Amino acid sequence: MIAGIGFGALVITLLVSLYGIGAAVFGARNNDRRWVESGRLAMLLTFPLITISALSLIYMLVTGRFEYEFVSSVTSRSMPVYLRITSLWGGQAGSLVFWSWLLSAFASAVTLRKWDRDQEFLPWVIVVSLATLAFFVSLNVFFENPFRSFWRLPSGDITIAMTRPQLASLFVPRDGRGLNPLLRHPGMIIHPPMLYLGFVSFVIPYAFAIAALITGRTDDRWIRVTRRWSLVAWLFLSLGLILGGRWAYDVLGWGGYWGWDPVEIAAFMPWLTGTAFLHSVMIQEKRGILKRWNMVLIILTYSLVIFGTFLTRSGVLSSVHAFAQSAIGPLFFAFIGLTLIASLALLFNRWDELKSEGVMSSLLSREALFLLNNLLFMGILVVCFWGVIFPLISELVTGQKITVGPPFYERATAPLFAGLLFLMGIAPLAAWRYSTFKTLGRAVWKPFVVSLIAPLIAFISGIRGPAPLLGFWLAAFVACVTLYEFWRGAVARHNRSGESFPIALWHLAGRNRRRYGGYIIHLGVVLMAIGIIGIEIFQTETQGTLAQGGQISLEEYTLTYKSLAVFETEDGRNVARAAISVDKNGNYVGDLHPRRDYYVESQQPMTIPGVRSTWEDDLYVILVDWQPLSSQSATFKVYKNPLVNWLWLGGFIFILGTLVAAWPKRDPQEALLHSGRRVYSPTQA
Amino acid sequence: MKFTKRIHTHYLITITIVLFSSAVIWLGTAYAQDDSPRIPSDDEVNAIAKKMYCPVCENTPLDVCPTQACTEWRGLISEKLSLGWSEDQIIDFFLEQYGDRVLAMPPARGLNWLMYIIPPLVFIAGAIILFKAFSTWKKPLPVTPIQDTKNVKITVSDPSTEGDPSTEGDPSDEYTQRLEEKLRKM
Amino acid sequence: MSSQPQEAPPQDAQAPSRPRWGWILVWAALLGLLTLLFFGLQRTQQGPVEIGNKAPDFDLTTFDGQVIRLAELKGKVVVLNFWASWCKPCEREAADLEAAWLHYQPSGDVVFLGVDWTDTEKKAEQYLTKFGITYPNGPDLGTRISQAYRTTGVPETYIIDRDGILAYVKFSPFLSIDEIKSAIDPLVEY
Repeated sequence: MIAGIGFGALVITLLVSLYGIGAAVFGARNNDRRWVESGRLAMLLTFPLITISALSLIYMLVTGRFEYEFVSSVTSRSMPVYLRITSLWGGQAGSLVFWSWLLSAFASAVTLRKWDRDQEFLPWVIVVSLATLAFFVSLNVFFENPFRSFWRLPSGDITIAMTRPQLASLFVPRDGRGLNPLLRHPGMIIHPPMLYLGFVSFVIPYAFAIAALITGRTDDRWIRVTRRWSLVAWLFLSLGLILGGRWAYDVLGWGGYWGWDPVEIAAFMPWLTGTAFLHSVMIQEKRGILKRWNMVLIILTYSLVIFGTFLTRSGVLSSVHAFAQSAIGPLFFAFIGLTLIASLALLFNRWDELKSEGVMSSLLSREALFLLNNLLFMGILVVCFWGVIFPLISELVTGQKITVGPPFYERATAPLFAGLLFLMGIAPLAAWRYSTFKTLGRAVWKPFVVSLIAPLIAFISGIRGPAPLLGFWLAAFVACVTLYEFWRGAVARHNRSGESFPIALWHLAGRNRRRYGGYIIHLGVVLMAIGIIGIEIFQTETQGTLAQGGQISLEEYTLTYKSLAVFETEDGRNVARAAISVDKNGNYVGDLHPRRDYYVESQQPMTIPGVRSTWEDDLYVILVDWQPLSSQSATFKVYKNPLVNWLWLGGFIFILGTLVAAWPKRDPQEALLHSGRRVYSPTQA
Repeated sequence: MKFTKRIHTHYLITITIVLFSSAVIWLGTAYAQDDSPRIPSDDEVNAIAKKMYCPVCENTPLDVCPTQACTEWRGLISEKLSLGWSEDQIIDFFLEQYGDRVLAMPPARGLNWLMYIIPPLVFIAGAIILFKAFSTWKKPLPVTPIQDTKNVKITVSDPSTEGDPSTEGDPSDEYTQRLEEKLRKM
Repeated sequence: MSSQPQEAPPQDAQAPSRPRWGWILVWAALLGLLTLLFFGLQRTQQGPVEIGNKAPDFDLTTFDGQVIRLAELKGKVVVLNFWASWCKPCEREAADLEAAWLHYQPSGDVVFLGVDWTDTEKKAEQYLTKFGITYPNGPDLGTRISQAYRTTGVPETYIIDRDGILAYVKFSPFLSIDEIKSAIDPLVEY
């Protein structure tokens, strides 16, 4: 019954979407507002419909209806309620429903805004959003239906179907297989939704871009309208990536946060083009140039989102992240092909009309540096894309499987990232339109000199490698320039309005949210860079088997194996928990409890590290569980990760900065009244 | 005669003892060298395992892979280390036994050259396109006449945005919007 | 406003619109990408080598140092079994495979070959000794053989008929010697 409702809602959503596409196209072609309005209503209707479907699925999950194949594959009796809800995105079919639900929510939200100035965009935004929605819903309807149940045939075999096959009876398993233990961690619970939010919300700027191409409104209106959307999409994508890294560090037990796994890269690539896009649109808004490039960037971003989804779900790549192989691959392929071909054809069509309206006057102007920033981002993208695609090519051509691992990516992208850091330091000091070595030099020399303190301190404390010294200098340089910008602005405001320094800062940021939010993001990046340099270059590790009372040392730390407790938990885990006491430079600093959780029903082990975190470093201890564990002897792997907590702090500030940049402004009229600035009044025109 | 016989016997005994002792010492040291198979520490094994990937599970480094097979491979590394093999020898052995997949980066031969050449080539191509675009755009300080009334930018001076000739503050945007609308209706 | 063109209006100074070579390159790259994805997808979907196709040729160097080439075994039925010492299910069929080998050995019509997949030599030899395996076994050097057959794990058995065509595949351990015999007998009789 409930499955019928859920599935029915999906089918109706598909039909309504197809209708909406037709209505909007018809309305646009014949200039008939009513049909477009009908399409808009269809768009709005999809949201409650999909909500019904999603809620039915959640209901099935929470009440443990194991006769449904999807429920059986991701939940089990021993799972608590909150985990059953989150298991919605623990499997392919459910996560597709979740994706469609988010897409419908965002697209509906967009159609609810005021469209007075952008009537021509509306039908095409509806078309693109509904086309994407229809695609994902049809994946559920035709291929990955979560509402199918188990049936026992007269022959005794079990089959899976939506409706009862002839003579079959419903088969209800006693228990489900349960969610993959790796997915039960809090970080893993919100990481997929954040990523999906990021992916899905990029559809909106893409839809507007396509609308602009179709209608010929090739000015920057589409950018201005979607400015906040793009920022929000980018916020969620960044948050998803950062959370993913944190989860990997906390739970996967290999002492790292980013493995350059193909599926990680698939999520990273749209972030790269998205960041390039965010910077590049500022140029178009200020100078009226790069219209074509911005189109290319948003098309790329959206295509990479779909492409990344395709890679993860089609089985073309296998990795720890990927969903099991399924039949949706070919359909995805068709959708990607269609999207790319259609977008490029539209762009080709409007190429001439996307001429620039201004000129680039100086190689050191801010526009030029932003373009350089784009070039570097594209460089990183090419490295990532090629690294993901090449094994595929190699296997097809030579039949030999190869691995493209972290060393390739790290070596290729490190100089590019360093270049980006450097630009982060210079670009804020370069003026729009015109800058020379002299003007730039005058602005730069003070922060440059101050920032040299950082590598100096590093050198004195024993660091000799050129890479970390350069890295620390770049981080300090960017920090100095950015803080200098804040200081300059606040001082100017203070001088003019007499506000106290902190208030001046507050109003400063509030007034130019995009700019100062961006600076805060840059500061976040600086801290992340410091953390990354620490853990990547200076990580040390050791491994050893200890008897009870035995000791193992890593640098200034000495660890003593005190005891091992083995017990069962209520939620079906067999836990082996070690107690280790830690001494630093001979002084006791605390106990750590690394553990190995073995999930009995899914027969999967998970190693949870015991971590001591300080600003200086993390002492990270894992029970090596593939060696026999007992209180007589246990094998431990110990990592010392210097500066890694700056990475998480930096991530936090990064998100904070994005919130500042994206924060909606007050009503413009009110802003006018409060501004106290000289403004050309319309009546004077 | 009795005297020389005794000297001869002494000589013989001494020489025999010397020879025998040297033989024992020489053989002893030789055996002593062979007799202590070094058990490599976990760290030594991991240092090499870290550079390789599990041939069975994709994209998992050999030092963290938890499967039975990987445990045996680490055992193999340990064994080869104790036999005195160098890191390169061990990695080559794994390469021969298990294929290219075992390495963290594809070995640079045949088709794999493309792996290393394409990204820098594309980057350079991008840089060239960029600089070409610059040179066609680049102009002396522009005296750009207003070509298009659609994009009139109203600049307001605001000390808090010093160094930034144009701002994106709301009031100007609002005005631009109204202007655009009026112009379009014309 | 004077209609005389000032210092080269921006339009002319830009790159020519619709640069032909650029667009051709872009479309070509797109086509290339789509083709690649198409074939990659196809390969994922196709699974292991299909029955009815010619069985891929290979060289197997046994643990004893012999080199056996599949092509040279034409005229005989070849039972190709992929296994590993760390593979628990493989142990279930090991004894049955050896017994089947002993059954067919006198006639000389059937050859049993064991391919040791991603294994260590010592453990492999222990496994062979444990189950008393006498038919030729060798390591899958470079995992070339398993990649040629596109195997997805162990144990897997591929039976090749006298003409070198793949006639039978089994992706799990054989449950009894009768199962093995019923797979081989039809091919021998022909």
